[in-house]
Amino acid sequence: MSSPLLQVDDLHVRFATEDGIVNAVNGISFSVGPGEMLGIVGESGSGKSVSMLTVMGLTRAANSDIAGSVRFQGRDLLSASDEDLRRVRGDDIAMIFQDPLSSLHPFYRVGAQIVEAIQAHRDVPDSAARERVVELFGLVGIPDPRQRIDAYPHELSGGMRQRVMIAMALANEPKLLIADEPTTALDVTVQSQILDLIARLQRELGMGVVLITHDLGVVAEVTEQIAVMYAGKIVEHASTQKIFAAPEHPYTWGLLQSIPRLDRGRDEPLVPIPGLPPSLINLPSGCSFHPRCPYVRPPHRRVEPELEPLADDPSHRVACLLDSATRRRIWADLQAGLGPQAARAKAKLGESV
Amino acid sequence: MVRYIIRRLLWVIVLMIAVSFLTFIIFYTLPSADPAVLRAGKNPALADQIRERLGLNDPWYQQYWIYMKNLVLHQDLGYSYQSNVSVKQELIDRLPASFSVAIGAAVIWLTSGIAIGTISALRSRTLLDRATMGAALVAISAPVYWLGLVALYLFSQDIGKFHLFMGAGSYVPFSQDPWLWFGSLIMPWFVLAASFSAFYARLLRGNMIEVMGEDYIRTARAKGLRERSVVRHGLRSAITPVVTAAGLDIGVLLGGTILVETVFNIPGVGRLSYEAIQNADLPLIQGTVLLGAFFIILANLVVDVAYAYLDPRVRYS
Repeated sequence: MSSPLLQVDDLHVRFATEDGIVNAVNGISFSVGPGEMLGIVGESGSGKSVSMLTVMGLTRAANSDIAGSVRFQGRDLLSASDEDLRRVRGDDIAMIFQDPLSSLHPFYRVGAQIVEAIQAHRDVPDSAARERVVELFGLVGIPDPRQRIDAYPHELSGGMRQRVMIAMALANEPKLLIADEPTTALDVTVQSQILDLIARLQRELGMGVVLITHDLGVVAEVTEQIAVMYAGKIVEHASTQKIFAAPEHPYTWGLLQSIPRLDRGRDEPLVPIPGLPPSLINLPSGCSFHPRCPYVRPPHRRVEPELEPLADDPSHRVACLLDSATRRRIWADLQAGLGPQAARAKAKLGESV
Repeated sequence: MVRYIIRRLLWVIVLMIAVSFLTFIIFYTLPSADPAVLRAGKNPALADQIRERLGLNDPWYQQYWIYMKNLVLHQDLGYSYQSNVSVKQELIDRLPASFSVAIGAAVIWLTSGIAIGTISALRSRTLLDRATMGAALVAISAPVYWLGLVALYLFSQDIGKFHLFMGAGSYVPFSQDPWLWFGSLIMPWFVLAASFSAFYARLLRGNMIEVMGEDYIRTARAKGLRERSVVRHGLRSAITPVVTAAGLDIGVLLGGTILVETVFNIPGVGRLSYEAIQNADLPLIQGTVLLGAFFIILANLVVDVAYAYLDPRVRYS
């Protein structure tokens, strides 16, 4: 990895609400290089979307408190003026969202909405911008671009709408594309088409991509790196291959065991993660995951784990208070078909408390 | 779309017949003064004579039949019981004044309401927002006749504390002197517009705050639009219900504004209908009611058609 495109360091985002301070993002660090694809995985409320919206400057508000550093090509975005950030948005960094129907303006034609995105950053005449839209529609696989350009969003199918969103994001050839749950609102058959499209465009255009999802299955095939987020923190960060083959955080295990896999027996039950995501207003003490962790020990309620590299693999970082050897034994037992309670007993972690 | 409009226009005719029938029924069932006595004064013989001449001794359905026959065959709205003038001519003479009041007030309340609502939404929860919305609540609650009298007592050139604007009874038709016409209508316009402006400001503010939280506004920001364009995106959605409300409100007011025309003594259709009711003058009542109903029905049609152009998701078939 040469100089990174996007470098996020110790980012904190808090919102003041009527119910109290919401600690949405609590000190995350990661980087994305040109041509790299990073997956950010986590439940809703884990801070994955908020952190990327903050990169774009879209969480700036009277009630938000943002700390840390976000650098894009070496330039600090958190201290940039609103106007400087506006110039970056949609030009250097583009974003696509979960629900393409609600993300497109219902009263404007799709072509016009993309022309607008082009003209916000480049002084080009309408006719040239329209030609560019036709070209973009071809690139993202929208048939009959010249007819579709004048369609309203409600006249297109879900998959076509998301292609329009992608075309809009690509309009100014961004260096970084942020895709926030781009397939969640789509039919299963369309999901893989959209994912393939994003992967192909990333290769062809050499963009950096951040793919946000709650579904490990989505990131498995297309990303190089995965960051798993929980309660506003990254709890595990490794190559995609490592996350699936040798995960070391109990939350990652929970995610992996709760998705069906073809290489396991049909009668093997899916294991859900017990409990609910924590309140971001009153975060749990110590390790944020401790109330739901089957392997919790008394000190875990007090001590906050740091995201630390493994001794034998510095590219694999985990925030867990169990030692690495214990974690590997438990994962091996889980792989062998043991339930979480049996694995706990075998690892001699003491009575579950 | 054309077929839809034709079908709606046919409904206009049906509704107008229903309205005329109801007006007749109400006039004859509810207690009312005898128009012949009102005109003849303390002279029973004269009253009988008038009753006979106006056909008031015929049963009501026969009177209705004659009325409708004249209306359909000759576009004739009959003659006033009180003054014998043609109702149609009277309405034509009075309409410009009512139009002047309604259109002028609409221009004021739309521009001020939209501006105030937008600014309040974008500055929501600030002192400015709270102050304007509080003032708007007062304006909505203030009755037009009270506000009109207060305005006259404060600002009219004859009885006012500050001799700023022309007072009651100063209306001059546009065709006669545009400058005096404008001057005489300033106070009626603002008095009539006050509560509408406040209502529209609150309506637009609410819509705008809701719309500015929509996903497509986030998209507009994410693609790097200037804040001015982002607000335009929001306003484009938030204004649609305002246009609908404006169409209907203007439709109602075109048929005459009884309170404002009475307070400021403007010879419009509103004051005409007020006088007609006082005189139990059925042909005049019928004429003003039909005119008012016609504008309301027409405004509904215009609003529905306009909606299809404002919101591309709406299509009539």
